[in-house]
Amino acid sequence: MTTSPVPVLEVRNLGKEYVQTQAFSRTRFTVRAFENINLAVRRGETLAIVGESGAGKSSLARCLALLESPSHGEILFEGESALDLPKRELFLMRRKTQLIFQNPTASLNPQFSAVEIIAEPLRIQRIGTSAQQHDRAIEMMELVGLSPDGGSKRPLEFSGGQRQRLVIARALTLEPNLLILDEALSNLDRGNQENILQLLDDLQAAHSLTYLHISHDLPLVSQFADEVAVMRSGRIVEHKATLELFTHPEHSYSRHLLGAMEQSEATWLGQSA
Amino acid sequence: MNVRFLIRRFSQAAVLLAAISLFSFALVQVAPGDFFDQVRMNPRVSAQTVEGLRAEYGLDRSFPVRYGLWILSALRGEFGISLAYNAPVGNLLIPRARNTLLLTGTSTVLAWLLAIPIGVWSATNRRKFSRRSSELATSTLLTIPDLLLFLCVLLFAVRSGWFPSGGMHSAENEGHGLSQLKDVAWHLLLPSVALALATLPALVRHVRSAMIEVLESPFILAARSHGIPNFRLLFRFALPVAANPLISLFGFSVATMLSSSLLLEVILSWPGLGPLLVEATLNKDVYVVVGTVMLSAVFLIAGNLLADMLLFAADPRIRVE
Repeated sequence: MTTSPVPVLEVRNLGKEYVQTQAFSRTRFTVRAFENINLAVRRGETLAIVGESGAGKSSLARCLALLESPSHGEILFEGESALDLPKRELFLMRRKTQLIFQNPTASLNPQFSAVEIIAEPLRIQRIGTSAQQHDRAIEMMELVGLSPDGGSKRPLEFSGGQRQRLVIARALTLEPNLLILDEALSNLDRGNQENILQLLDDLQAAHSLTYLHISHDLPLVSQFADEVAVMRSGRIVEHKATLELFTHPEHSYSRHLLGAMEQSEATWLGQSA
Repeated sequence: MNVRFLIRRFSQAAVLLAAISLFSFALVQVAPGDFFDQVRMNPRVSAQTVEGLRAEYGLDRSFPVRYGLWILSALRGEFGISLAYNAPVGNLLIPRARNTLLLTGTSTVLAWLLAIPIGVWSATNRRKFSRRSSELATSTLLTIPDLLLFLCVLLFAVRSGWFPSGGMHSAENEGHGLSQLKDVAWHLLLPSVALALATLPALVRHVRSAMIEVLESPFILAARSHGIPNFRLLFRFALPVAANPLISLFGFSVATMLSSSLLLEVILSWPGLGPLLVEATLNKDVYVVVGTVMLSAVFLIAGNLLADMLLFAADPRIRVE
């Protein structure tokens, strides 16, 4: 695995606040989703961000996918700032990063066929002719282990695991450098989780993809993460290499998360790490 | 389109219509008095004459016989005889129904053409002044009773004198072709706008809530992360997914449109089914009442059937056996 000097994604001092107004009153109060986030992910590596719900993980994911703008701080993709871009450059920047959501069913437009869904990013970004887009979609289906015969089927005709494969295929159509997985495995059963993890692993090896894997499930994500950042109440409390975290957790919250793991899982993980 | 689906829906509609005819026929029978009560009050008309007239129109027969005779006449397309006009009800209804359809059809198109953009627009501006103002406007319209709204429209027409205050044709206009068409359109303008305003708020609210629900789905977020332009996101991505409840609502909107239309037609003297129904009810012109009710039921069923067919065409999930 080659390590380029410039990280694929670098985040400096990132923070996000939401301003809420109360019903029937002028009182406003701010909700701090996260603050002071500093991260760097190198090409071909996987960073896992772990924390319980409400820790600000999903807000972070949306900011990194450029769907919301952070209140302060910087986001750099391959050394270039991704914030406050002119419309045209933001449009092109969107090719570099893709987001995968928790609920594969809700992430797919129910009225589109599988091929239409996978080709849609190409159509939006106006890449290639419609024949080329179709061929690319078929190619992507094969890549994620779906039979191209199902190309005209609609999302509801696929199983849960197959739907998540569709979502991954769609995310990879634009050949992004960075894939943000926001609880992408949580809605799947154990067997499907293993399959999708294996698929993600294979794709990473073949295309030197960079993953940012956001999850509440420490044992699951640490199976293939190079580094783990533990997030609590909007802050990163500990960030180190996976094995290091498991052997020498410093922060009490990390120890708490590790302690919450089943003993058997811990041993099993110790073997695989 | 699936033929079996159509056959099933049409046979359901036929059974429903038969039931409605029996029910409305029975209700009219239960009402006290008959068409000849007025005649009976006249001291110069003898009781024998009234009985003779009643026998002539078959009013003295038993209920099942009269219903049977009415069914036979309905199959001939006559739907009984109007006592007041002394003519088959069918001939009386056809021009009236055409006028009502012209009015409600125009209003339906108008209402939806307004409701979709307004609903979509207010679903996207969820924290802004524009949303507040559209919400205020729809809830104001929603609270105004139809009767008051229509009376205001009438007042406006009469006071301003900018629009005809009733009817469908100008008295002096005897022209044909284009000039007649323009005259009818001119008379149609105010009633169709009034009718559209009466149904608009409910439609806007449904469009908005359906859109808000869809806009919260992750697949919308995914499309946005691909950089989709806003207009395309709303109308090509979100609206087709939000369309299902709206298509069902379309059938329902035809129903509300028809019932408000009866009232509006009376107020603005539009020569549709409304004034005919009122007149026939007051006169106890039984077969005209039943005929009008039947025709309204046909429109209603047709509206819902149309909505079902549209739904069938729009949503692939319904086509899966």
